[in-house]
Amino acid sequence: MNTSLLKKLLMATLIAGTYVTALAAMKVGDSLPDLTGFKLEGNVPDSLKGKIVILDFWASWCGPCRESFPAMNDLQKKYGGQGLVILAVNEDEVASDMQDFLKENKATFTVLRDAKQNLVGAAGIQTMPSSLVIDGTGTVRFVHAGFYGDKTRKEYETQIESLLKK
Amino acid sequence: MPHRLKKFILLAGLVVIAGMQTGCDTVKPWQRKTLADPTMSGDLIPLQSAFNDHIYFSREMASGGKGVGGGGCGCN
Repeated sequence: MNTSLLKKLLMATLIAGTYVTALAAMKVGDSLPDLTGFKLEGNVPDSLKGKIVILDFWASWCGPCRESFPAMNDLQKKYGGQGLVILAVNEDEVASDMQDFLKENKATFTVLRDAKQNLVGAAGIQTMPSSLVIDGTGTVRFVHAGFYGDKTRKEYETQIESLLKK
Repeated sequence: MPHRLKKFILLAGLVVIAGMQTGCDTVKPWQRKTLADPTMSGDLIPLQSAFNDHIYFSREMASGGKGVGGGGCGCN
């Protein structure tokens, strides 16, 4: 091995070290991976084909997640009959944290638990809460980073209605 | 510097850096439960902080500069 190759390797290691933690986040146009492969706890729907899916990532310690629950309950009520499926994926490391949260914040939509944090890692979420709005073909159409009250709620409504029209 | 020594230093550097990088990791956004706890806040008693800031400003003619990156919930 010559020194110039070693120098290149050294540089490559340094650069790789800088970016190794920056996971590729799921973005608009990506396909939703098969959820059965992530060992999620809870009732994962068998097929999401033809459904509009909000895949939301939340945790009990996250304030905006608490605010997002009533909004998601409303969305479920309003659009559930038209093919909207909300999958709220919990990222708490301790199951009782999630259960305590759900006692205070009732959810009328599907709650799943990503105990091993596999799905959130694969999705490369950058902030909590985050959500992906997915169309009937399983393609990510909109990405939400954070929950900003009525602003986000209105965005969801507009996006769901635009997908329902298609 | 002899060629072999240079090669050895580069190789040793490579091994050391590669080894150290296994210790580099950032707290992921979904792993911030402990950081999100109110007791982890540097501004636990806002009123007390405001008093301290006022005194600091009147004595030093300067304020702020207390922020620390990477703490807190990381939400929104």
